[in-house]
Amino acid sequence: MLEMARDLLSWAFILGGGFFLIVGGIGLLRLPDFFTRLHAAGIIDTMGAELMLAGFVLQAGFSLVTVKLLLIVLFIMFTSPTAAHALAKAALHGGYKPRLATGGDDDRGSD
Amino acid sequence: MLHAIYLGLASFSLWLLLSGYFEIFLLSLGLLSTCLVVYIARRMDVADHEGRSLHMHVFRLFGYWAWLGMEIVKANLDVTRRILDPRLPISPEVFWSPVTQGSEVGRVAYANSITLTPGTVAIDLEGDEVEVHALNREAADGVRSGEMDRKVTALDL
Repeated sequence: MLEMARDLLSWAFILGGGFFLIVGGIGLLRLPDFFTRLHAAGIIDTMGAELMLAGFVLQAGFSLVTVKLLLIVLFIMFTSPTAAHALAKAALHGGYKPRLATGGDDDRGSD
Repeated sequence: MLHAIYLGLASFSLWLLLSGYFEIFLLSLGLLSTCLVVYIARRMDVADHEGRSLHMHVFRLFGYWAWLGMEIVKANLDVTRRILDPRLPISPEVFWSPVTQGSEVGRVAYANSITLTPGTVAIDLEGDEVEVHALNREAADGVRSGEMDRKVTALDL
């Protein structure tokens, strides 16, 4: 019974993670420029990867594998924003300008 | 010197966790690589400057991580909704926001927290300000409110 609950929960996490990975992929295709696409990549790094890993942790149970998975979670949390920042800064230095809102396409209207 | 010992202990515990081996021969190899890492870190002059993180308040840090986790989940749901919306309701903007952390570690923690939250990316950090690219105005207002900035400053990293 407990085994089944654990499996169900773990599957919910893994499927949820898969959903956010797909959303991130769709975002990469739909969003208009490099800087906005970074936000879609952010979904993949955070919700996508972390939910997947949470599901794996439940499957691994209480073992050394769990410790390693948690370390991966920690490292992703530290490295992915650093990488995103490095990419954004490199793009700016390369003369790539972010495409900004002109005011008309905001869902809340202008100020 | 104390920092070098901390670094050595931390590195060796990490080695133990990752390897899971407890034979004498392999343990001594692990010890050898730990010593090498500490030696290189000292030679590179990083061991004694960046060892401060061991002095921080661990419980406050976990409290902050829990709060940040909730913020990340909320931001993820918001950005997901925008990506899947056929109208793609985004209004990207770039702005500078004040940074109140005193130490380098604190500023990096704040900038990384901004980037980790989908919808906002820290693209530059100069003086006492961070330059942020936001996907839409609500995300930008979240950074402008300064709540995250205050929480990171309170960590006193």
